[in-house]
Amino acid sequence: MTEFTQMGVADIRDGVAAGDFTAREVAESFNAQVAAAAELGAFIVTTPDKALDAADAVDAARARGEALGKMAGVPIGMKDLFATKGVQTTAASHILEGFIPPYESTVSANLWAAGAGMLGKLNMDQFAMGSSNETSHFGSVKSPWRKDGSNAALTPGGSSGGSSAAVAARLCPAATGTDTGGSIRQPAAITGITGIKPTYGRCSRWGVVAFASSLDQAGPMARSVKDCAIMLEAMAGFDPKDATSLDMEVPEWEAHLSADLSGKTIGIPREYRMDGTPQDILDSWERGKEWLKDAGAKIVDITLPHTKYALPAYYIIAPAEASSNLARYDGVRYGLRDLPEGAGLQDMYAATRAAGFGDEVKRRILIGTYVLSAGFYDAYYNQAQKIRTLVARDFEQAWSQCDLILAPTTPNSAFALDEMQGDPLAMYLNDVFAVPASLAGLPAMSVPGGLNSDGLPLGLQLIGKPFDEQGVLDAGLAIEQRSGFDAQPDKWWA
Amino acid sequence: MSYRIQGATGEWEVVIGLEVHAQVTSKAKLFSGASTAFGSEPNSNVSLVDAAMPGMLPVPNRECIRQAVRTGMAIEAEINKWSRFDRKNYFYADLPQGYQISQLYHPLVGEGQLLIEADEKAGIPEDKVIGIERIHVEQDAGKLMHDQHPTMSYVDLNRCGVALMEIVSRPDMRSPAEAGAYVRKLRSILRYVGSCDGNMEEGSMRADVNVSVRRIGDELGTRTETKNVNSVRFVMQVIEFEANRQVDLIENGGTVEQETRLFDPGTGTTRTMRSKEDAHDYRYFPDPDLLPLELEDSFLEECRASLPELPDAKRQRYENVLGLTPYNARELTAEVETFARFETLLAATASAIGKDEKAVATQVANWALSVAPGVMKSLGDEGDPAHATAEAQAKILKMQVDGEISGGQAKEIFELVLKTGRDPAEIAEAEGLKQVSDTGAIEAAIDDILAANADKVEQYRGGKDKLFGFFVGQTMKAMQGKANPQVVNQLLKQKLG
Repeated sequence: MTEFTQMGVADIRDGVAAGDFTAREVAESFNAQVAAAAELGAFIVTTPDKALDAADAVDAARARGEALGKMAGVPIGMKDLFATKGVQTTAASHILEGFIPPYESTVSANLWAAGAGMLGKLNMDQFAMGSSNETSHFGSVKSPWRKDGSNAALTPGGSSGGSSAAVAARLCPAATGTDTGGSIRQPAAITGITGIKPTYGRCSRWGVVAFASSLDQAGPMARSVKDCAIMLEAMAGFDPKDATSLDMEVPEWEAHLSADLSGKTIGIPREYRMDGTPQDILDSWERGKEWLKDAGAKIVDITLPHTKYALPAYYIIAPAEASSNLARYDGVRYGLRDLPEGAGLQDMYAATRAAGFGDEVKRRILIGTYVLSAGFYDAYYNQAQKIRTLVARDFEQAWSQCDLILAPTTPNSAFALDEMQGDPLAMYLNDVFAVPASLAGLPAMSVPGGLNSDGLPLGLQLIGKPFDEQGVLDAGLAIEQRSGFDAQPDKWWA
Repeated sequence: MSYRIQGATGEWEVVIGLEVHAQVTSKAKLFSGASTAFGSEPNSNVSLVDAAMPGMLPVPNRECIRQAVRTGMAIEAEINKWSRFDRKNYFYADLPQGYQISQLYHPLVGEGQLLIEADEKAGIPEDKVIGIERIHVEQDAGKLMHDQHPTMSYVDLNRCGVALMEIVSRPDMRSPAEAGAYVRKLRSILRYVGSCDGNMEEGSMRADVNVSVRRIGDELGTRTETKNVNSVRFVMQVIEFEANRQVDLIENGGTVEQETRLFDPGTGTTRTMRSKEDAHDYRYFPDPDLLPLELEDSFLEECRASLPELPDAKRQRYENVLGLTPYNARELTAEVETFARFETLLAATASAIGKDEKAVATQVANWALSVAPGVMKSLGDEGDPAHATAEAQAKILKMQVDGEISGGQAKEIFELVLKTGRDPAEIAEAEGLKQVSDTGAIEAAIDDILAANADKVEQYRGGKDKLFGFFVGQTMKAMQGKANPQVVNQLLKQKLG
């Protein structure tokens, strides 16, 4: 029997299309794998019937000789930030526990229309706020990876930690993620998978629970560059229901994939070489340069002078937007309501939000409220917006020297669960290399760059010009072909 | 004569600024496709966006933007080709998003102005230009219903998300009369443009009234803002009350607090709603769900081309081109319905008579402003206004111009038209409502009268001109009122020599 769970998006799609196996067989296989991996905590709810129904529809369509979609027969995991009609959608929060949307997000609807099926809703950091998946109301996700010789539970990264864990553990061939300040790239990097955040506006935000609207962007997480290209094509597209959606054709990224980088120049930003960056991260970066050179690219040093201000600016802008975006969770129309005896409206708001939001969410609401308040707005929010403009300008200037930028994805490998709890600032530093591309709205991807001395994956990040997902994917493919990364976690769960 | 508050210690001047919220005429809401129909079942016009469901996003409604731009053009304002929406954050039960999408930093419409006309009777000695600081576009909130349950309030979100224009005046008004004239003029412009129905009872237009007082020539005083005042009369009452309250307060050693107040129409007074200390910190910031609004030149041209003739221009044309009196011109242009009816009737009458509009304008204006309304009023429910078509009225006016009927007969015929919908010419014929222009019949009558009143004829010819009226009266009486007065006059003059 074919081991479906080792297969990726392209293999499953092609095998189903060729009639080598049925979509139902694939779905059954992944359903079983998901059911046996509860210990990882990757899923908040599982939807085996949804996966089977979608698979049956694909098999039937094939039997009728109909053209099949880009993701036909591929069962996937859906991050719980995406509203799914009739299936609980919580953003891993208590305040939305039990909320069943009467609507389907544009991105998930696009995927279902392309023939994908849903295995379940993936765990994540609450409201996408976190870098370790420890802020979920439904418990931390455990990474399938462990340090060599250790049984300590590690983080799968965040906020798309359920997605990264599930893809790395072969519970699904691919999953959706969302990236506000690194939430696709950081978890992809530390679980040894591939994930791309496209240009801001490529994927509709309609029906995605909002964290920071000017930064939130959906993208695929999978185990190969090609799989990411396929899935991104299915997810992306102009959506008139999202005023920030890009009104552009979706390119055929998969068809145009090429690992030949002749004529391309790759920039190496000197500001990403920070004090205290571990040697194994720097070594992996060096290897990345060599691989890209080997693929025909020219390597140049570049400067992105405002890099060090990006993280502080991000931690003003994102919470500011979040403090406003999360105001709608007030206990009135849906989700949790805490109405103490004799309480008035304001008491109900306070009680509901106190009970419904976790500590990290509250922390960011407080920060956001503070930086927008009278007397502080200019000093914080406005300054941060200026920095955002400068960070974006850094990139624009860099593009006169290079086509793509190579950098580490994260400043460290996976850390132990609980290791950084109680030190939010240390946790925020996880996003230091990811945030600049987010502020500039640029396409950015993490691909595996090898294992460190503890046997844990490290990621390499590629950042491209606006709308140049193709360039990013091509360079990612060049690295993938040369890294020979085929490590996968030893199965210790169930 | 300027409006002054007579305080115990001298005269005070009132300074008034108005923020008028006008509901934009549009089938759909500002950022969602939900209907804006008034009077629907509670919560029937609510989309997922209006209810602020997770992940829902606002998409600007082009029609609302178009209407606001046209309104800006109508007040000769600067239109900002680049504007942006901001969020105004606060928690309330009628605001599901937890913020209102508005425009603080970069409004759609900048500086404009509006002319209020001199009205001695109302206490406005001369024409005055009132500055308008800006118009911005924003979402309305829902409505709370406190009378549905003994301990709870209900929320109706039908209005939530409906587009409003907030039209902010400069503090240029100095009396309740000026403020009243400003609101009426603004309402008239909005209705001309078609960007707001101006229906204050249904809440389509409401004003926040800013009032302060100062001694003549002093710096501006501290202002209070009275919210949501929904009639012209109430706006004037608020100013009257607030100005006197503030003067009394200051003269008694107190100070005016900057605060938000509420008007009680029952007592005609205002009371504190929210003091400065309780003022919200709205944490305005640019709405990250929306891109800046950038207007193309072609869009602006289209908006400008779609503007109708506006009240001031129309009034001047009525005076200068049609030759109407200033009074008639003002009365006819004040309301959209009035000028629309007038212009239709004018065109129909001119065409029926075969003259240009200018030649019949005065007659039509008098008919439209006084004769026709008088008849309709006297008939009350007996008349059906639907019968008062332009065609029927034009026929009546033509018969009058042609001398076929007298003014009195015109009224009688119109009465019958209103009651029955019959054709005016047929009525005139069937009811004998025509005047006699046949010189033979009139001449015979005149001859009889002159013969019977030889003494008076003698006196007249001796220079007692006033007796001419007597002969006219006698002739008309003899003709049972149906003689054409012009013919009577003419023949009498001939015969009396």
